[in-house]
Amino acid sequence: MNDEKVDSSKLIVDGTAVGEAAVDSQLSTINSQLAWQRFKKNRPAVLSAWFLVALLLAIVAWPLLLKTTGGSFAHIHNPNQLSDAQFLPPGAQHWFGTDVHGRDVFSRVLFGAQVSLLVGVVGTLVSLVIGVLWGAVAGYAGGRVDGFLMRTVDVLYSLPSIIFVIVLITTLGELLKHSHLVANSPALAKQIRVMLLFVGLGAISWLTMARIVRGQVLTLRTRAFVEASRVLGARPWRILARHIIPNIFGVVITYLALTMPAIILYESFLSFLGLGVEPPMASWGTLIAEGVGQINPIRVYWWLIVFPGGVLVTTLLALNFLGDGLRDAWDVKSK
Amino acid sequence: MYFLKRLAFAVPLLLVISALAFVLVRLAPGGPFDRDRAPASPEIENNLKTKYHLDEPVWKQYGRYLGDLAHGDFGVSLKYRNHNVNDIIAQGLPVSMSLGVLAFGFAMAGGLTVGFITAARRGRWADYTGSFLAMLVVCVPGFVLAPLLILIFAVKLQWLPVALWDSPWHMILPVIALGLYFAGKVARLTREGMLNAMQSEFVTAARAKGLAENKLLFKHAFRIAVLPVVSYSGPMLADLLTGSFIVENIFQIPGIGVFLVNSSLNRDYTVVVGLALLYAVLLVGLNLVVDFAYTLLDPRVKYE
Repeated sequence: MNDEKVDSSKLIVDGTAVGEAAVDSQLSTINSQLAWQRFKKNRPAVLSAWFLVALLLAIVAWPLLLKTTGGSFAHIHNPNQLSDAQFLPPGAQHWFGTDVHGRDVFSRVLFGAQVSLLVGVVGTLVSLVIGVLWGAVAGYAGGRVDGFLMRTVDVLYSLPSIIFVIVLITTLGELLKHSHLVANSPALAKQIRVMLLFVGLGAISWLTMARIVRGQVLTLRTRAFVEASRVLGARPWRILARHIIPNIFGVVITYLALTMPAIILYESFLSFLGLGVEPPMASWGTLIAEGVGQINPIRVYWWLIVFPGGVLVTTLLALNFLGDGLRDAWDVKSK
Repeated sequence: MYFLKRLAFAVPLLLVISALAFVLVRLAPGGPFDRDRAPASPEIENNLKTKYHLDEPVWKQYGRYLGDLAHGDFGVSLKYRNHNVNDIIAQGLPVSMSLGVLAFGFAMAGGLTVGFITAARRGRWADYTGSFLAMLVVCVPGFVLAPLLILIFAVKLQWLPVALWDSPWHMILPVIALGLYFAGKVARLTREGMLNAMQSEFVTAARAKGLAENKLLFKHAFRIAVLPVVSYSGPMLADLLTGSFIVENIFQIPGIGVFLVNSSLNRDYTVVVGLALLYAVLLVGLNLVVDFAYTLLDPRVKYE
């Protein structure tokens, strides 16, 4: 903060650059206001945003409700409570029916949502940090650094990623199982395993983000306000952090909204294969896998697939509509 | 010339991928021999390890592997020791290929049609329903769609078989389950491409000359609109061929996908590396083919 103030006394040296810089920064505020107005006019996107807010509220409120009411209501809806009421179809007591162990599917879906959404958020944040740093450094440094960083991205793009995820997850999982942690505190080891899964999913989803951020940085670094700050002697890291990264905010937000459904999908896919979260913890993927396991020619337990699947699909749909809406509002070009 | 360079670049790329897979699977604790039914005596285990050279340092093993690979030999499956990886690929790949190619055809036919109609009827109800459906199917993962299709068409209505891969009737549900997502993607790409093309100058010029709207759509706009679809078709075909193991799993189709998950759980080193390489070759090769097709379709495109 301080050195900038000292520097600004020398601003007279290059009056035009500073003037342009001020206009630039004003333009970007106006731009974001316009984007916000455009976004508000997009019905599906706004509706999706409200749906996601409602889902979040339900996820937070439901466990609290169970805790405060207590008694038989909480007992019936405890997601881990086994009972004899197996395979009840949806009804007044069990809104989404019950599963093979008589557990309430509605509760399981909401508690599974915690895991699925947390994966989405953590994974997206990981991909955000790696992607933005990678792309910003490549775009700003240019030259050989750029070449090396972007060729790495090209190579990673042509990896069959799903194979590496499967190999990586089984490898890390086994390593963890054999480490001392499991013997000392199994609960902690379990949490670390889940965190590894979250971080791993983020770590394979940053490639597109890096490419997009690099493209944006390439155009930004020639703009007047960046040059002005370079002339004033600001360090590259400072320019990146204060001038460039705030200006790619819109693009980044948009791709975050589009990365999140991809990561949620990845997790449910791995959980479906039995490589994701382990029981008794559940995510939407494991719930669907359980439903698929119950398919038989005699009785149709459709609610075991339709409800977890439906909530998953609706969430993905809402995130995609939201992402599309943000992209249109910010007028982001994907290439 | 450009394509020769790309081809030359593919070789070190595949080496890197195979080395990565090779080292990664070996990092995991446990080996292919310690999960057999009865715990083998240490002597037997050691003998097995010596026989398959697992007691050597990794770089030596890798060199040996590359040497065999140069002769087209992917090695012997360490779990099912009377099968070699070449056999597994030869058995499973045709099935996975036909599933993938059929799903590709389905996705292209469905996606191009829906995309074309929604663009031609822009702003009308056909556009809204079509666009919404395209968005919806993109959000329905195969492991949700496949069981729903089975429940509706096989269990409830009993029109189609539940699983397996025997007759054309068996193929309908898996192909839809695998291809519908990509149909949605293609539809969205086509619609966007058509709308862009309709705004371009040569279309305006053709319209000004009095060309009928239908002809305009088919002969001019559509040709430009398929370009993004073409460039997507390479990764898409690769995804279809490599990503089918959920569908293969649910419908119990004897493809290659079943081996992928099992082999990495079983530490079946040779199978994991072999399949990873196979998929990488498919991915790199298909991208190359697509880029080449691109130069044929669009004379403006030149690669340096």
